[in-house]
Amino acid sequence: MNNYFKVLRPGINSTFQDLGRFGLQHLGIVASGSMDQLSFCNSNKLVGNKISEGALEFAYQGPLLEMNGENALVAISGKVNFNLIKKNGEIIKGKSNESFQISNGDKIDILSTINSVYGYFSIFGGFKIEEVKGSVSTLVKAKIGPNNGNKLKIDDKIFFKKSHQTNKLKKIEFDFDQDNVIRVMKGLQVHYFSKNSQDDFFSKEYKVTKLTDRMGMRLEGVKLENIVNKNIKSEGITKGSIQVPGDGQPIILLSDHPTIGGYPKIANVITADYDKLVQKTPGTIIKFKVVNLAVAENAFQDYVRKF
Amino acid sequence: MLKKISNIGDCGITCDFGDEVNKNTNKEVIKLFNFIQESVKSRKIKGILNYTPSYNKLIINFELGQIKSNEIIEFIKSSDYSKINLPENTKIVEIPICYDEEFALDIKRLEEKTKLNFKEIVSKHLETNFFVYMIGFVPGQPFLGDLNENLYHDRLDTPRIRINKGSVGIVEKFCTIYTFESPGGWNIIGRTPFELFNINKTNTSILSPGDTVKFKSISKKEFTLFKNE
Repeated sequence: MNNYFKVLRPGINSTFQDLGRFGLQHLGIVASGSMDQLSFCNSNKLVGNKISEGALEFAYQGPLLEMNGENALVAISGKVNFNLIKKNGEIIKGKSNESFQISNGDKIDILSTINSVYGYFSIFGGFKIEEVKGSVSTLVKAKIGPNNGNKLKIDDKIFFKKSHQTNKLKKIEFDFDQDNVIRVMKGLQVHYFSKNSQDDFFSKEYKVTKLTDRMGMRLEGVKLENIVNKNIKSEGITKGSIQVPGDGQPIILLSDHPTIGGYPKIANVITADYDKLVQKTPGTIIKFKVVNLAVAENAFQDYVRKF
Repeated sequence: MLKKISNIGDCGITCDFGDEVNKNTNKEVIKLFNFIQESVKSRKIKGILNYTPSYNKLIINFELGQIKSNEIIEFIKSSDYSKINLPENTKIVEIPICYDEEFALDIKRLEEKTKLNFKEIVSKHLETNFFVYMIGFVPGQPFLGDLNENLYHDRLDTPRIRINKGSVGIVEKFCTIYTFESPGGWNIIGRTPFELFNINKTNTSILSPGDTVKFKSISKKEFTLFKNE
């Protein structure tokens, strides 16, 4: 028997992701992977999968999926408003971060993420999706990944492996860190910016703009004055780098960033604060706090304990 | 020579080979790149996620839960990688290019700037053995050099919104091939039907950093009939 979900509504940007595709950045292939790695791993934990199993990531509004096949254990992580619509028409309000059973003919309607951007949908046993170069992450702009590298479309069928009925229902107590301070380390070209601009960047408020996606987050705030050169020799880019183009407004490079780039970088977001950052919705006011490597490494130890 | 190693955030380092952009500097970068790639494959070092060479730098990304930057820096400093003879795995790749006017969008602009005619521009482009400095921005896109200095020109003032896949462009002393349809500000002189990048092939990218590229002129008809394997 074929087990699958039929996509009745694809959502805004629904893609398969895992922890990322590595070892290919020298050929221009960025790692990609789930934006909020903790929420991604949580969705797998909730259904008893290994934490690296491919999951469906959605942003803002997620998909409406109709299940066909054997009963299955699924979960939605993040902070998500969704309904389980039973075959008989009964509507049950969904609870994120709690696994639940679904049966043939049931629909899952992922309405919206709540004060956050990304959520994850996992199924016990995993989706039947093809690895591309060792990963099921999707890089839409280069058409790399399962589903021919595309985001979900209406009428797509998402097959899943046999998802035995189990009693392994689980719940995770979870909330996003509401604090809007993002810790950063000074960037390679921090000295390209005037002393005043450095002070501004590390103390003033910046607004997350609508021009934000899996590639980057454009910020709006005090204009940063470059006193050396508006360009640098193109060099490799790291996730979380904050580059400042000629207009003086910073852009944080996110999981689908270009692999090389020629703008000076004022700072880099520390690993422990990346998940928190990507969940900030447009309009949110954030502030940066500069820390050193030792602080960042300690913060990482606290961060991994959440997994 | 490796001048300086610095941290990039908490899970990256950059190995800086100085400010010069030339083949000799880049060859040093690629030597270290080959060494790191080999060390990762033979499991001499763990936790390395990506290694990205550019003109004068190698950036290494790692998994913070596996390894810390000081361990990688120590690993690089303690190994005399520049003396290690790695197999010469660089190759020469011939790439067909059609300079038909339909494809050579900026030939007029170049003629005005260089005071050379179309034929001279083409022959100067064809005579160069291009060195692959780096690959990236988007998957498989090579940055080649050095162009004959008579062909040097700036970027377009207003970048094009759409440049077709396979377009060959030049800016300053560099030449590139667009592997995906994308926006771009380079001076377009021709187009190749040759597919440089295909994620579904074992050999995903025909070119690697350090390779040599030689262009071969083909007619419009040959362009149309060209078949990728």
